[in-house]
Amino acid sequence: MPDIYEVEDNYRPKPDDRRLIEEFRKNPIGHHSPDLQRLLNRLRSGPMADKYCLVVIKPSREWQLAKTSGVPGKPLKMLSQRFTRMDDAEWYVFRQRWKALTGETLR
Amino acid sequence: MMKITAYADQVSAAPGETIDFMVNCEAPTFKADLVKLICGDMNPDGPGYKEKNIKAIGKYKGRKQVIHAGSFVEVPTAEQLQSLQSFTFQAFIWPTTPDKGMQAIISNWSDSGQAGAALIIAPDSKGIGLCLGSGKGKAELVTTGKALLAHEWYFVAASYDAKTKSVTLVQEPMHNHVGAKDAAKTKKKVKTARIGKHADPVILGAYFKQNDKGRTVCGGHLNGKIDSPRIANRSLDVAEMEALKSGPISGALANDVVASWDFGADVTSIHVTDTSPNMLDGEIVNMPVRGMTGWNWTGDEMCWRHAPEEYGAIHFHDDDLHDAGWQVDFSLTIPKGLQSGLYAARLRCGKGEENEDYVPFAVLPPRGTATAKICFLLPTGSYMAYANENMGFDVPMAQLLGGRLVEHNHQDIYRNAHREYGSSCYDSHSDGSGVCYSSRLRPILTMRPKYRSWVGGVGSTLWQFNADTHIIDWLEAMGYDYDVVTDEDLHYEGVSAIDKYNVVLTGSHPEYHSKEMWDAMDTYQQRGGRLMYLGANGWYWRIAYHSETPGIMEVRRGEGGIRAWEARTGEYYHSFTGEYGGLWRRNGKAPQKLLGTGFSAQGFDISSYYRRKPDSFKKEVGWIMKGIGKDEKIGDFGLIGGGAAGLEIDRADRLLGTPPGAYVLASSEDHTDIYLVVCEELLINYPGLGGQENDLVRADIVYYPTQNGGGVFSTSSIAWSGSLSHNGYNNNVSQMTKNVLDRFASNKPMEG
Repeated sequence: MPDIYEVEDNYRPKPDDRRLIEEFRKNPIGHHSPDLQRLLNRLRSGPMADKYCLVVIKPSREWQLAKTSGVPGKPLKMLSQRFTRMDDAEWYVFRQRWKALTGETLR
Repeated sequence: MMKITAYADQVSAAPGETIDFMVNCEAPTFKADLVKLICGDMNPDGPGYKEKNIKAIGKYKGRKQVIHAGSFVEVPTAEQLQSLQSFTFQAFIWPTTPDKGMQAIISNWSDSGQAGAALIIAPDSKGIGLCLGSGKGKAELVTTGKALLAHEWYFVAASYDAKTKSVTLVQEPMHNHVGAKDAAKTKKKVKTARIGKHADPVILGAYFKQNDKGRTVCGGHLNGKIDSPRIANRSLDVAEMEALKSGPISGALANDVVASWDFGADVTSIHVTDTSPNMLDGEIVNMPVRGMTGWNWTGDEMCWRHAPEEYGAIHFHDDDLHDAGWQVDFSLTIPKGLQSGLYAARLRCGKGEENEDYVPFAVLPPRGTATAKICFLLPTGSYMAYANENMGFDVPMAQLLGGRLVEHNHQDIYRNAHREYGSSCYDSHSDGSGVCYSSRLRPILTMRPKYRSWVGGVGSTLWQFNADTHIIDWLEAMGYDYDVVTDEDLHYEGVSAIDKYNVVLTGSHPEYHSKEMWDAMDTYQQRGGRLMYLGANGWYWRIAYHSETPGIMEVRRGEGGIRAWEARTGEYYHSFTGEYGGLWRRNGKAPQKLLGTGFSAQGFDISSYYRRKPDSFKKEVGWIMKGIGKDEKIGDFGLIGGGAAGLEIDRADRLLGTPPGAYVLASSEDHTDIYLVVCEELLINYPGLGGQENDLVRADIVYYPTQNGGGVFSTSSIAWSGSLSHNGYNNNVSQMTKNVLDRFASNKPMEG
């Protein structure tokens, strides 16, 4: 299940926006161009049902990917991916959300 | 999942005083130790986790203790209630989740015996209903069959005539919506010939289930408001029900009315008054919200004190919680001679984080004394406001605010599974209304050493309690003697709690203050006390503590400010005190008046640094800038977002109260566009509110002397404390903090 809104909205990436992929990969957290920030706002604003999140395995050192249920009280769905860098987790989730939004698989 | 959770009855105690601890433990035994907390940060890039064993408290038998959430009014049973056969129950209601299953409005019911009667919202969206129990076999239910609309006022009534075995139900909407089909007047014959007698209490907003070690446990909790609940001792006809709806009871019904509760009286109290001669008074349990607009609220008055007859409603929630009411597992008397500081009972029932919990508290200096010149004011009011906050689980915008994925800890996962542990004042109840009360008489799993919060910026990701251990750690590492005093001490004792100290240090985020606390800090400053405001978003919300029952605070998120929810119109006044709630800024006391700076912007991804401003080169403030180069960036490092200026940041503003003589020593710059100007600044919304463009997105470091040799130094950033330990505590954030603290702690008056 994609964790971004599937409804029609007023912003979808245009072909030229593919340049933002590389900008994000180089620096997932921090200063971004206005165009990348707009894309990230789109990707991160999905509802809580099946929304990606992280569970701390080792503080500041290791995280496991999970999804929230969207129903208060209902547990997280733990996924298999683990990351030792927060940036790697961001890049992984970015690719999943990009695919859900555009249909394109990023390597 | 965590196997052990606990809380204490006190958040501070002086040597010789005793704290009780209540523990839920799924293991056969647990061990309790008294530890001194120094640094709660588990980030390997930081100074490391530090606690000091003080003494073993003991080994205890584990037992499971559970929380019964959900509020109600409990009225002890009385002869007049037990003897009811024919009767009428009636009230105004404003249901918020009418389709959520059975919810009791007025119940004189014994669940174990299936005896009595209850006016309810019926299951399966069948409108209101009357449940009758003879005490022999299955209860009988009569409903209107007409679904109620959420957030609409209704007059509802149910009568039962034992002689004719007939029930009358009235479901009268106060506003008729075309096509709604939610009105009903139903008369039906029933099988029940006699109501079963019982000795259980009458409950409003739920029904009685059982007693659990002195706690009343209810079911069928109502989400929504009840106004003017009344009971008569015979089956009234519809005209009589109308006559009894509200206002004084007419002489014609004087012999018939058994109880007439006035929720608009006693708003500040847990007491509920029955205005009938029977005086069947009750008490609220689990703190449903009082001071709420009633069915007849006109909007002419905004304060419940001015028109109590229009504020006759209590809003009940199925997830309200005040006192968990657990049994005491052990007590700790603070040893004589134990140095004031931040301590905890460390509880372990096995190995690993799932088998461990901490219950933090402050050890005060011996009563009436100060044992240091420095006081750290532990912002327990703010910890309570954020207690068990669930935004990371519930709110989609969390990832937008943080500019990254939300992180969850084992405590978060446990709290999500145990919503009965109660919410924070940043959450909404299950019916969508905001949580305006928060109690510390329950395990607060966000107020723990080692805990990380999604909102704490990249890096160590700390917030509130655990972030404040960075300040404790710095004081310890730098060799300062200090006492610890809490918000509640300041609230209850006033300025005497801090007036023996040369300097008071705040936490990283001292956001919530009662009038008593505000006045005490103001007086402290006027007398020459010195304040180091080592954070941001301080003195922002006005709060109140309950005057009758400890450990619970109130905030009304009124007409301005960064609000996780918004109080409904007409509900801006504290029920605990009658004060106008909301921002201190809207109470004529913007933070700049007390601190020199006030909340200006927020963002939760990365932090930034400060640059020196012209004021910093003036000779009068040379002692603050000693050791800091002319072009040096201040705080371009740190554990909270990688910089000293970040998360929430404050600015000086003469028009909001920054003193005319204030020195703006440095200002932050280059924040990301995740940072946005606070909404109380937006009279007209406009483009360009982000950190890359807007000048209001900045933190100002400010100093000014005050009368009688006092002074105020404000760093204006929540992230400041995360930079103190950088490079073995040898850095310009640590240097500036030390420069000021050494001067403020001295007996020499500041020069004006």
